[in-house]
Order: sequence, then C-alpha cells, then structure tokens
Amino acid sequence: MDWSWIPEYSDRLISGFWLTLQLLLMSATMGFMLAIPIGLVQNTGPKWLSMIARGFCTTIRGTPLLIQLWLIYYGVGSLFPDIDGIRESFLWPYLRAAFPYAVTAFTLSVAGYTGEIMRGAFAGVPKGELEAARAMGMSPFKVLVRIWLPRAVQNVFPTLAGEFVLTLKATPLAATITIYELFGRSTEIRQDTFRVYEPLLLVAGIYILMTAVIVVIFRWFENRIPKPSIA
Amino acid sequence: MFESLQLLWIETPGRGLSLLAGLVSTIQIAVGAYALGLIIGLFGALGKINGPAPLKWLLEIYTTLIRAVPELVLILLLYYAGTAALNNMLESFGYETANISGLVAGILVLGFVQGAYSTEVIRAAMLAVPKGQVEAAQAFGMSRRQSVLRILIPAMIPFALPGLSNLWLIVTKDTALLAVVGFFELATTVRESAASTQKYLLFYLAAAAIYLTLTLVSNVIFRRIENRYRRGQAAV
Repeated sequence: MDWSWIPEYSDRLISGFWLTLQLLLMSATMGFMLAIPIGLVQNTGPKWLSMIARGFCTTIRGTPLLIQLWLIYYGVGSLFPDIDGIRESFLWPYLRAAFPYAVTAFTLSVAGYTGEIMRGAFAGVPKGELEAARAMGMSPFKVLVRIWLPRAVQNVFPTLAGEFVLTLKATPLAATITIYELFGRSTEIRQDTFRVYEPLLLVAGIYILMTAVIVVIFRWFENRIPKPSIA
Repeated sequence: MFESLQLLWIETPGRGLSLLAGLVSTIQIAVGAYALGLIIGLFGALGKINGPAPLKWLLEIYTTLIRAVPELVLILLLYYAGTAALNNMLESFGYETANISGLVAGILVLGFVQGAYSTEVIRAAMLAVPKGQVEAAQAFGMSRRQSVLRILIPAMIPFALPGLSNLWLIVTKDTALLAVVGFFELATTVRESAASTQKYLLFYLAAAAIYLTLTLVSNVIFRRIENRYRRGQAAV
C-alpha cells in the first residue's frame, strides 16, 4: 500500500467532497419538498392526483437510479439542442452542464422514495388531532403546517435519516455522467497514479465517516424532538 | 420517435434480441446474487445470534462496513480485490491465472453485498420468533441443528419475507451498477444500443419499462408467497 499520492491530490479530493455534499444536500432538500405534496395528495387529494402520485412513486422505486440518471442526462438532454434558439437563451449554460441533470435525477429519486414514506406518515397521524385542530378554527393550511406535517415527520424521523444515508450512497452514480464528485475524483486519481485500491479505499473511508456523521446528527435531532406519544 | 420503435423489435435493425439477452443475464445475476446473499445471511444471522464473540465482531464489522459504503465503490473494490486475490491464490498453488466470467464475478460481488443486508433481515426475523418455540423443540430432545432446521428457520420466514422481498427488488436494480464495470447485462446492452443508434431517449425509456415490469411481476409473486406463509396468522 502506498499513500504518498495523497498530498498531491488532496485539493481534488476536497473539491470532490464538496461536490458530493452539494449534490446530497440539494437533492435531499428539494426531494423532501416534493415528497410532502406527493404524500399528501395520496391521503386527501382527488382520486386522479393521488393515482398520479402513486404511479410516480412506483415508477421511481421500480427502476434503477442509474437508468433514471442516464435517461435524464443522455435521453432528455439529447432533446434540448434541437429546440430552436435555445443555444442563445440564458438556460443554455445550465442545459449543457451535467450537474443540474444529476440534481434533477437524484431529487426525483428522493421524492419517489420519501413520498412513499410520507404517505404512510400522514396516514399515521391520529384523525382526532386533525379534527381538534379544525375545531380550533385552523385553516387547512395551518392544520398542515402546525399539526399534520410535524406529527408525520416525528413518526418517521428515523426512516428519513436512513433515506438520507441512501441518498449519500447514491451520489457516486453521478460520476458516470462526468461529474467529478468524490468517487469521480478517485477514478481520476486511479487513472493518474495507476494505484488500483488505495484511492478506492480512501473514498470508501470518507463515505463511512460521512455516514457516521449523518447518523450522529440525525440522532441528535431525534433526541431533541419529543417522542411520539402514540406509536 | 414512433418509426424508431422498430429498433426495439427483434428483426435486424431492431435490438430486441440483445436487449432480451441482457435481461436474461440480469435475471441470472440477480437470482444468483440473491441466493448467495441468502446463504450468507442465514449463516451470518445464526453467527450473530449464537456464535462466539470474535465471530460476532467480525460479522458486525462486515454488515456495518458493507452497509455504509456506496454499492458502486464496493463493486469496484470487490471486483478488483477479488480477482487479484483469486489469481494470487491460483498462482501460489501453481495454477494458471483464471479469467473470471462477468456472470460469476457479478454474482459473487453483488451476493457478498446482499449478504450483509440479508444477515440483518434474517437476524431480526429470528429474534422475532418466540423463544418458547425453540425451547419447546429442545425440550422434545431435538438437537441444536434439528431445532434450527425444523423450528427456527420455518418460523422466522413469515417475519423475514417483507424484508427479503425488498432485498430482491434492490438486487435486481443493483445489477444495473455492473454496467459501470462493463459486465454484460441489461443496462450495458441498453447503453451500447443507445450509443450506436443515437436514440438515447428511446432506449433508456425501454430499459426503465423493462426494469419496472420486472419489479411489478416480482411484487405479485412475493405477495403470493407472503400470503401462503401467513396463512392462519393474524394480519400485521
């Protein structure tokens, strides 16, 4: 084992680390934002909207993320250059870069998996609490923000933490569409230095550390929010 | 778009046959890896529950590390490390170095990863079996082996099935990752077909549809198995 290459490549590894973190945080946040309405309409929405949401979750959960990523980057991405005038528009620099496609794919994936979790979470909140909130004169939106959503999140918090770790573990896929996040950097270093294992082992160690930090942070939050009274 | 649909058909401008071959290969790898994972999981769970302390630690390290590292990194590590270790071993015994086929390598690598998840699922299921049932078996004079084979394993299956069906869905989707190493399976054939015909959207949509069908069919099968094993039990 030879680790003497680390100082020379530390800058690239650090930039890869930040890119991984950005991918993770952006797609987890936006995915969760999407997951709330997806879970909600399956509980209260009109039938057709609820069917669309269910179909979306089934499709996302039933196909490999790698295929979704390639479908969005190579497939959907190949349609844009044919649109007239798009090369002159302000959108073009974003449509040409790989990063927005990766964020889109991961966001949709998080939305699909977390939407399914939130559907169960919303359904698990006791009806009486929502009725009580309504009886207090809260508007439907207030009921959602003050009672329904907090109680739902409280019930599934550990599951959401697990989903966050799964998203972190999915980010290396972005390397297959030319994004130099942490794993992509390790591939680059391997090609440069002809070291087969060491760069892989190093990034594996970094991923383990990141997972551990995520678990600790979520556990800290979990201990701060009151335990659900009705399991 | 629609005139290019014939690219998915079996006759020659179509790539239907190679997609089909890729699907068969994907299913073979998934079934093999799943079975290997179940075997590792069964022994891993028994070891975690009943094994001596050093074995418990080893298994704990195995399941924790495997579940914390991204699958893509694991696949590369295990593939390179595994083939290198095997060839070193063959050389030291004086044999020719072997070229492991993509199919076998894929099964071994994914099976090893699945084993860690299976171990946790089966361990939890075994712990959910009421202690009295195994104690009763031992009171009847069954040996440890008999009580495991006749009582513990059949009794834990209903508890393990939801987790195990989930693992099957995960392994079918994880086979797509093997495309990154270039093994022959569905995602690889799709990528090659898409690149050579320049119909990216068409082929990736087709791939998504094939994987989705595989998942939906698996769901139906697993629901039947679950219903069968849950006969006479209270609904959960």
